[in-house]
Amino acid sequence: MWRDAVLVGGKDLRIEARSRVATNQVAPFAVLVLILFAFALDPDRGVLNRAAAGLFWVAVLFSAVLAVQRAQAVESSGGTGDALRLSGLDPAGVFLGKAGAVAVQLLALEVVLGVGVVLLYDVEPAGYPTLALTAVAATLGLAAAGTLYGALAAGSRVSETLLPLLLLPAVAPVLIAATRASEAALGTAALPVAAGDWLALLGVLAVVYVAFGVVAFGPLMEEQ
Amino acid sequence: MDDVVHLRSTVCLLGRFPALSGVDLSVTSGETVLVAGANGAGKTTLLRALAGLVAVVEGEAVVLGCDLRHDRHSFRRRVGLLGHGAALYDDLSVADNLRFWARAGRRPTATVDHAMARLGLAGRLAAVPAGRLSAGQRRRACLAAMVVRAPELWLLDEPHAGLDAVGRDILDDLIREVTAAGATVILASHELDRARALATRTVTLAGGRISAEERRAGATVTGASARPVGEPLHVA
Repeated sequence: MWRDAVLVGGKDLRIEARSRVATNQVAPFAVLVLILFAFALDPDRGVLNRAAAGLFWVAVLFSAVLAVQRAQAVESSGGTGDALRLSGLDPAGVFLGKAGAVAVQLLALEVVLGVGVVLLYDVEPAGYPTLALTAVAATLGLAAAGTLYGALAAGSRVSETLLPLLLLPAVAPVLIAATRASEAALGTAALPVAAGDWLALLGVLAVVYVAFGVVAFGPLMEEQ
Repeated sequence: MDDVVHLRSTVCLLGRFPALSGVDLSVTSGETVLVAGANGAGKTTLLRALAGLVAVVEGEAVVLGCDLRHDRHSFRRRVGLLGHGAALYDDLSVADNLRFWARAGRRPTATVDHAMARLGLAGRLAAVPAGRLSAGQRRRACLAAMVVRAPELWLLDEPHAGLDAVGRDILDDLIREVTAAGATVILASHELDRARALATRTVTLAGGRISAEERRAGATVTGASARPVGEPLHVA
C-alpha cells in the first residue's frame, strides 16, 4: 500500500510540476481571494486582522476544491482511470498517494497565503508550533476528504459543480477547528480559546477522513 | 488446452440495458480472436467485462482462472486493455508514462526502453509530453505501455484506429509475437480484412450475443502448448 502511495503521489506531483496548474492557477486564485477579502473589508483594518484566520482558511478551502478537481481530472481523462484499475495498484495506496500529493500542494500554498495574510491583513505572526500543527492536521483532513469526495463526484456527469456541494459542508468542521486553533495561536480570538482542544479535534477529523478514504476509495474507483 | 476465457450465457448490464445478453465464448491460450459486429453490438462491453471493468450479473464468466462473478480484481494485473481512450498522462513524457505503468505493474523499468524501441518511440519522442503526440503516436505509446506490462490476455478495442501504415504493421507483428510467446489476444475491429489475417478465429456479436463463429482455415495456435496459463510472459 505504501509503495503504491509513493508511486501515485510522486506521479501526481510530477504532473503538477510539469503542468504548473498549481503554481500558475491555483496559487494566484488563492492570493486573489485574500486580496478581494481585503478590498471588501478595507474600511476597517481591525476587522481584517481579527478575521484573518478565518479568511485564510476559507481561501485554503476554495483552493483545495480546485486542487482536488485537478487531481481527479487527470484520472478521468482518456483511459487512465481504466488503466489505473487494471494496474493492480492497491486502491488504498492510490487514495493515500493522491491525497498526499494534494496535501503537499496545499501546504506549499498555505506558506504563500501565510505571507499574504501578514502583508495584507497586518497580522503579527505568533505561535508558530501551534500554527504548524494546525496547518498539517487541517491540510491532511482537507486533502483526505477532498480526494474521497472527488472520487465520489467523478462518477457523475456534473462532477465539477457537484464536488463543491459535497465537499464544503463535509469539511466545515475542519474549517471551524482550523480557524479557532489559528486564532488561538495568533491571539486574535474574540473569546479565550484553548488551541489544544481544537488541535485534537483536527487530528481526530484527519484520522477519520484518512481511515474512511482508505476503506471507501476502492469501491468509489470502481464506480467511475 | 487451458481456457483463458470461458463465458457461458454471460449477461452484463449497462445501466438497465443488457449490453451482453447471453454470450458463450471459450478462448484458449495463444489464440487470437477477432470480435466483429456492428456499432452497439456489445464488442467494447465484452472486452471491458473480460477485463473485470463491467460486472457480470448472470451466467458463467471465468478469465485466467478467476471467476468474475465473485472476484473482478485479483487477475487484473494479468490483463491489458487498449480502449478508446489513451492510458497516458498528458503532462508526462512518453518515457515517464511508461516508467509509471512499469512500476505500477511490478515490472522492471528496463523494459521501458525496449518497449519504446519496439513501437518506434525511442529517441526524440521518448521525451515529448504525451499530450503533444499525434493520435497515432498516442496509440503507439499505449501499445508500448502494454508491452511494458506484458499481460497474459491482450484486449484490443479497435487497435488499428489512428495508426499509419508503419504503425499497423508494427501492431500486427506485435500481436503475432505475443501470441507466439503464449499470450492470448482478443481484438474488436471494424477493419475486418486486416484483423482476420491476424485472427485464428472470428466471432460476430449481434444484439449482445454471439451470432456467428468462423475459424480461419489452417490457423494454428502457436503459443498454447508453450506456456500454461499463469506463467510469466516474455516478449522478445
